Amino acid sequence: MGQAYSAGLTVTENTVLRKERLLPLKGEVLVNKGDKVKAEDVVAQTLLPGKVVPLNLANKLGVTPAQLSNFVKVKAGDQIKKGTVLAENKGLFGLGIMKNSVTSPTDGEVESISAHTGQILLREPRIPVQVKAFIDGVVTDIIPNEGVIIENKSAYVQGIFGIGGETVGTLKFLASSPEEELLPEKIDDSCAGTIIVAGAFVRYPAIDKARKVGVKAIITGGIDDQDIKQLLGYDLGVAITGHENVGITIVCTEGFGKINMAKKTFNLLQKFNGAKTSIHGRTQIRAGVIRPEIIIPLEFQAEELTAPEIKLPVLEVGTLIRVIRQPNFGKIARVISLPEELTKVESETLVRVLKAQFEDGTEALIPRANVEVIES
Amino acid sequence: MQYDEKRLTRIVATDCGSTTTKAILIEWIDGEYRQTVRGEAPTTVEAPLNDVTKGVINSVQELEELARLKYHNPNIKFMENGEFVIPRKGDIGVDAYVSTSSAGGGLQMMVTGVVASMTGESAERAALGAGAIVMDLIASNDKRMNHEKIERIRQLRPDMILMAGGEDGGTIKHVVEMAELVAAADPKPRLGSGYKLPVIYAGNKMAIQEVEETLKDKVNLMITENIRPKLEVENLGPARDKIHNIFMEHVMQQAPGYNKLMTWTMGPEHEIVPIMPTPAAVGNIMQAVARAENIEVVGVDIGGATTDIFSVFTEDFIFNRTVSANLGMSYSISNVLASAGLPNIMRWVPFSIDESELRNMIKNKMIRPTTIPSLLEELVLEQAIAKEALRLAFEQHKEFAVTLKGTQRQRDISEAFSQSTSGATIVNMMSLGLLVGSGGVLSHAPRRNQSAMMLIDAFLPEGITRLAVDSIFMMPHLGVLSEICEKAATEVFNKDCLIYLGTCVAPVGKNKLGKPALTAKINLPDGTVFEEEIPYGEMRLIPLGVGEVAKAKLKAHGGMILDKDKNKELEVDLYGGVVGIILDTRGRQPFELPTDPETRINSLKKWMRELKAYPEQILK
Repeated sequence: MGQAYSAGLTVTENTVLRKERLLPLKGEVLVNKGDKVKAEDVVAQTLLPGKVVPLNLANKLGVTPAQLSNFVKVKAGDQIKKGTVLAENKGLFGLGIMKNSVTSPTDGEVESISAHTGQILLREPRIPVQVKAFIDGVVTDIIPNEGVIIENKSAYVQGIFGIGGETVGTLKFLASSPEEELLPEKIDDSCAGTIIVAGAFVRYPAIDKARKVGVKAIITGGIDDQDIKQLLGYDLGVAITGHENVGITIVCTEGFGKINMAKKTFNLLQKFNGAKTSIHGRTQIRAGVIRPEIIIPLEFQAEELTAPEIKLPVLEVGTLIRVIRQPNFGKIARVISLPEELTKVESETLVRVLKAQFEDGTEALIPRANVEVIES
Repeated sequence: MQYDEKRLTRIVATDCGSTTTKAILIEWIDGEYRQTVRGEAPTTVEAPLNDVTKGVINSVQELEELARLKYHNPNIKFMENGEFVIPRKGDIGVDAYVSTSSAGGGLQMMVTGVVASMTGESAERAALGAGAIVMDLIASNDKRMNHEKIERIRQLRPDMILMAGGEDGGTIKHVVEMAELVAAADPKPRLGSGYKLPVIYAGNKMAIQEVEETLKDKVNLMITENIRPKLEVENLGPARDKIHNIFMEHVMQQAPGYNKLMTWTMGPEHEIVPIMPTPAAVGNIMQAVARAENIEVVGVDIGGATTDIFSVFTEDFIFNRTVSANLGMSYSISNVLASAGLPNIMRWVPFSIDESELRNMIKNKMIRPTTIPSLLEELVLEQAIAKEALRLAFEQHKEFAVTLKGTQRQRDISEAFSQSTSGATIVNMMSLGLLVGSGGVLSHAPRRNQSAMMLIDAFLPEGITRLAVDSIFMMPHLGVLSEICEKAATEVFNKDCLIYLGTCVAPVGKNKLGKPALTAKINLPDGTVFEEEIPYGEMRLIPLGVGEVAKAKLKAHGGMILDKDKNKELEVDLYGGVVGIILDTRGRQPFELPTDPETRINSLKKWMRELKAYPEQILK
């Protein structure tokens, strides 16, 4: 077999990116097709329905649900303020003695009143939500009431795992080699507002220092499982991340443990030291794979925006790969042959393998399932 | 509609899983149905291809190629112009095409009830039995505040909601209140924004009108029979059927390519055979087998993200299914570590390893789920994790598969409500006849002996239990096939689906290490006799091939017993398999591993060596 499909992560100096920026609910799009936008610009906004506050009016008044309509002072759709009287009874003998009234605990609107259960549902005021462009680029399409498509030309690196949401900053190189661990001493106030690049590893004390001086994000080769746990306050059970609110975004390019950053990735990031960069740590391994992204927008002309054809990563002779499981985990190699026959590896598993040559010239047979194509 | 070999001579069945679409070919050959070739291709329901039929076509193309090679006939073809040719005309076409699906996260449901342990649990059972993942059970008495329930419903975005609550003539108020909460949350479906969320109401029939008034403008409300018309009666069938219909008509329609695929699945008369959620199909075949063989069965499918357990117990063949949503071998492997704890995993490992190295290895498997253990040490570690994932999933299953709460005896309503946590489990390991494992770690273990050991260590079968694996996870295909041809489904199940590993004999009870636990005299078909008084705390493997039967005289010692009637002596037939007969005198109830690390490691090595589970190099 001359080639095979494989898992892959992209590391490229130049690609056309196309990003959908959509609202969670229908709303208003604020830009027009053809507009140039900056990452920080708001492109669409909407109002999410407010929280629902249920109250059992009948119980509070001490009447049956069926009787409730005689005491209610509001109706569905009414705007209310905190303290608005929702219902009140007439007190003993209708004389106002021991009169009982129920007031609204919130501003908002009356959603419904039920004669079956005696329950009133109040809805708090709507919550505004904005979607930003996230990347510098051009609005190439509008999805009415939902959002926009933004395109640009970028240097682009996919990480393997990350935490934390979208952020934008300038890239600041702190590592002098892909093998280096980023130590806290290297992080100072000049890192505030930047996205710092470590080499092979970053431990909790360095992450914590970065967070304290106001670093927006860290890019590292590897990270330790226990440091992530310390940072989050809990152990990650499944890889669905990006929503963490820990004051910093982290993107790993290689995996867990101390793993040298791939030279290609390291060199690319080094080349763009000081450039404006958009980054997020969102990772989802299942049901629509999402990997963290590092996006460095480039200058471009509109006619350059021809999105590359989508294709699955292919393993063939010459393909640059990363080994993603022991032995040789983290090493970069090139495929030199793809034997067809099944091969028994040390664990006695019969697998399809490939023969690869590492950067130091040594060769090894590696299960095809244990490599990742480095796409460019 | 059921067909036989006169109309069905060649059938293609696919299972569109979340990562792989697996196709099998079933043919009528020499007077019997056999599964002949299989093909697979990546599932294409997600970007960049966004069309499930592409993966189906690719897997069927592989099937065609393999069939041509097998029969040296270049003319064999199942599809033409990208569609199945039905019925078959000579070399071209098939007589039926059927499929199951769990792609795109499967069927995700939320259920509601009034009392969590009664109508809530019945709703959960109906949804699980229909093949769904239950994202949450919301009940009037679940201790959450109403506003928390509303927030939860709003966040979930299920594919559909099943609402139960109240026996007929019982509470209306609580049922309507739940409907009000659902209405207030205004829930949106997970897939597609242009349609209303399907909601099935299967509660107190006296509350139908009020529920309709409350919900009809907000959701797509459908009414079916009460799931719990009386406390003593559970009526899951109508709700399950409704779930399947909605799965086809509403949910599947939203998934990319499914509206095309739904027109492809048909029998010889061009009648549509609905696509079935994968776990529902597995449930179908498990029940069929339990009835056909008159045995109790447990089946497990351990996947990357979830572990499904199916069981059929009692003389009424009561079927239960549970999904342990966060116990799996890749996407959720890290959660197995978090749930089981490191010491529980390490107790199965016959060597020591640096803790942080193991933790990082597990996390790396989580973020790169398709890698395989190349090193022997990593294989042993993965199998240790699998044992714990299976153990935890089975514990959850035992807690769920219980007698109907409120039905064991005549009682008044207040008594029924007060027994909130009771309901004895119907899972009885002593009467269990067959334990079937499937999923990558069990089906593709380099040695079948490892699969047997994982099943035994995780499930701790008691008495006499046959062990098997579904080698290529064919159960879903056969489950949906049984809708049009039970004969083909059960024949293929018996002949091609299961790989029998052998039989495990495990006396129940405790004894002292080194004291006699089991005397076994086993007459093997080749005339040799195995005879030994086996001490407590040992394992023995006696080779006995597939299809072979050995006559055994067994005698348990000390306080140990051999079957559900507490017999200490038995004369039984033991069935062979690719592994053989395994005698396990390590004790049950309790099963305890040595606590001292050195003794534990030595014991593990002894058992692993006896079972020939791993190469000698790792057991030195």
